Amino acid sequence: MRYADTGFDLEIDLSRGSIDRVETDPRLTQLYLGGLGVNAKILWDRVPAETEAFSEDNLLIFSGGLLCGTSAPGCNRTIVSTFSPQTGLMAYSMMGGFWAPELKYAGYDRVIIRGRSPDLVYLWIHNDKVEIRDASHLHGKGAIETAECIRKELKDPNAQVAAIGLAGENRVFYASIEQGRSSASRGGIGAVMGDKGLKAIAVRGTKDVNVARPAEFMALCDEVLKYIKFRGEKPIPGVIPILAGLGSPQEMKLIDEKWHTTNFMWGNSRTRRKDFWTEEVEQSWKETQESVRTRLISCYNCPMKCGATITVPGIPTYMMKCYSKLTYTMAAFSDLDFGFKIAQRATEYGVDAFSAPQVMAFALELHEAGILTDEDLPGMPSDVEGRFFWLLDRIVRREGIGDVLADGVYWAARRIGKGAEAFDHNTIKKHEQLPLKLGMLNPIYYLMYSTGEKMNITQIEGQFPQEPFRTREEREDFVKDWIQVPDEKFKQYLLEWEPRGEKSIPHFPTVEASCNIVDWQEKMHYIDDALGTCAGLSSFPLKPPYHIHNFPAFISSATGIDMDEASLWQAATRNRTLLRAINVRRGMRRADDKPPEDHWKKRFPDIEAKLLDEYYKLKGWDNNGIPTKASLHGLDLGYVAEDLEQRGIISDGQS
Amino acid sequence: MGKVKKTVKAITINADLCNGCRSCEMVCSSFHAAPRYSSNNPARSRIRVVREPLKDIYIPVYAGEYTAAECTGREKYILDGKEYEECDFCRASCPSRDLFKEPDSGLPLKCDMCEDEPPLAKPKCVEWCLNEALVYQEYEEEVEEADVSPGDVEIGVESLIDKYGLQQVLDTIARRSKA
Repeated sequence: MRYADTGFDLEIDLSRGSIDRVETDPRLTQLYLGGLGVNAKILWDRVPAETEAFSEDNLLIFSGGLLCGTSAPGCNRTIVSTFSPQTGLMAYSMMGGFWAPELKYAGYDRVIIRGRSPDLVYLWIHNDKVEIRDASHLHGKGAIETAECIRKELKDPNAQVAAIGLAGENRVFYASIEQGRSSASRGGIGAVMGDKGLKAIAVRGTKDVNVARPAEFMALCDEVLKYIKFRGEKPIPGVIPILAGLGSPQEMKLIDEKWHTTNFMWGNSRTRRKDFWTEEVEQSWKETQESVRTRLISCYNCPMKCGATITVPGIPTYMMKCYSKLTYTMAAFSDLDFGFKIAQRATEYGVDAFSAPQVMAFALELHEAGILTDEDLPGMPSDVEGRFFWLLDRIVRREGIGDVLADGVYWAARRIGKGAEAFDHNTIKKHEQLPLKLGMLNPIYYLMYSTGEKMNITQIEGQFPQEPFRTREEREDFVKDWIQVPDEKFKQYLLEWEPRGEKSIPHFPTVEASCNIVDWQEKMHYIDDALGTCAGLSSFPLKPPYHIHNFPAFISSATGIDMDEASLWQAATRNRTLLRAINVRRGMRRADDKPPEDHWKKRFPDIEAKLLDEYYKLKGWDNNGIPTKASLHGLDLGYVAEDLEQRGIISDGQS
Repeated sequence: MGKVKKTVKAITINADLCNGCRSCEMVCSSFHAAPRYSSNNPARSRIRVVREPLKDIYIPVYAGEYTAAECTGREKYILDGKEYEECDFCRASCPSRDLFKEPDSGLPLKCDMCEDEPPLAKPKCVEWCLNEALVYQEYEEEVEEADVSPGDVEIGVESLIDKYGLQQVLDTIARRSKA
């Protein structure tokens, strides 16, 4: 019997219409844990490096994390992996909600989809009964609407549905997969689902997920729960409200948006409004938020309340989480009320709430600059809110200019030409980023932006405070109960880190310290993405309940596989290196590892070069960002080394 | 007739505080697994959250008595502008729905307040509900002592003994109680 894992995958070929239930090799769990790690292994093995995103040979994998469906609080993430139409690299986006545990209860760890259906279909997984069903009546329907329709026609209110909207059907490069209150948005995975002719996957499961050492495992879960309660009562002092507690940043609960609205950029990541947040704004936004927010809600088996049900009078109810309330608002220089309204339509269409507003703000900037003319935008309304709705409607249908903008800022700029490229100033590896432009180079963030394969800073950062505390006392107070550090040296880094002077950015944390900090932060995300733990209880917040010291016991008692800190660290390193190798095989190199040029006003090329050099070394990569033969062999990735060698990407004389 | 004291175990359900996470279902199924905590399966749970997120309906319901037949007719309740089926509040394991039945055998499930030896401070679902949508309370209630004067049942049994003889009635009761 398998523990934590179900031991079975579903293999669906939509070209042939075949469905297979395949027993998996337990050794994969030992090596790659599950979730992202196993997805990466499958993509490496089965998708040739030359395969394009919109190809029958591309795989779209929905994986539950290793601990999903167990009692471990907040382990509910679905990890969706494929190759991105936008970046050409491996895309992996995750969603919380209720889908992954349901899949585990149905008896599967993941669903692997290949091929392309000639007609729009959806998949219905009900324990051992799996069907490919006609979805022609769902064509053009919103993602949330689709889920409701499917639940009704299956007569199963407990079915969990992940669906795409019009954007996915029309292969918009930043189309998302929506699932009630959650979405997997980054990298255009919704477009790949659309390309496969797959409108939705509905799942219902009533089987058991087993754990190997029940009493031990439950004691760990109880402890995590207790700690969550403790942290709820004891927010971290001296940091902004959204970083003081656990969970995703509590955007639905909190009204205070001073930090985002005055530090993040408005429009096409262009304008900082330091004086924006006034008492009047606060009062008006408070009224708006409280009037549309019906209830604070959570994902499966999690006491947090990071999401909310949003009902704006006159438009259908939807669910929202985190920062999307501000992305449209700020991109349009508008008001929160507008943000809540357009997010409803955007959720039904199924677009990424980071990329979509950026693309639209970019288009309006091009219009202002005369690069896009009224002829390119025929019939566009005159008010900015109207323009955003107008653009969104065209993008998801790929109508007129919408077809160009549907490929995202990077590709649109190149298709438009006439100097539009200069307005593409906030992408990394062709992928739109959070609108942040800052002053002084931050060495930690430099590394994360440059090398983070997830290309989304909120899914790379965490654990280590984003800014130094002002006083020594505050720092000493912070490190007192900082049990989550993998090593005492991290406390020292923080104690010495000053807001100004010699021991401040860009020189401090030092190159070595920055590398270590980033390595730790990234590792914790890689562990979460394999286990299905929500970053909001683990890798993202300060002092989280899950950490490197209790994860090994969780994994061991859940799976029966013996794991200690060293072997878990090794597994996370293996997954991270494999991901790197996948992208290296597709052509990614050091030259691609860079933040947007204007991300910081003050740049330090020497420090930056040194940071990358040292970070690559720490990671076991050569100076071009390619994993070395020795490091690959040391991680049981000899098959990767062989392949890269055959392709001439690595050689014995590797630098 | 005297009064006697009885301990009442009560759970107050504040549906307005429910965040819809279903931890209660999860931990219930885990507690009742054999061996204890060895598996998870909300379909085996004796508490279920009736959820309709888009209608903002979240009702935690505990499994109560088994019933052989479904109700004749259905009512709808409208509370605070939200429309509920009467089944949304019903605790019965009933043929009209798949709630509160073992998924394998179809046998009815019933909440036992997590009886354990030694007893838990509170049922697991309550312990795991950090949002306090479920609150546990024990209190003593004075109830009338059971009536000892011959009641309808005793009178009925007497007439059966008169008719069939004591032995045959005893045999029948023994057989019935095994069924």
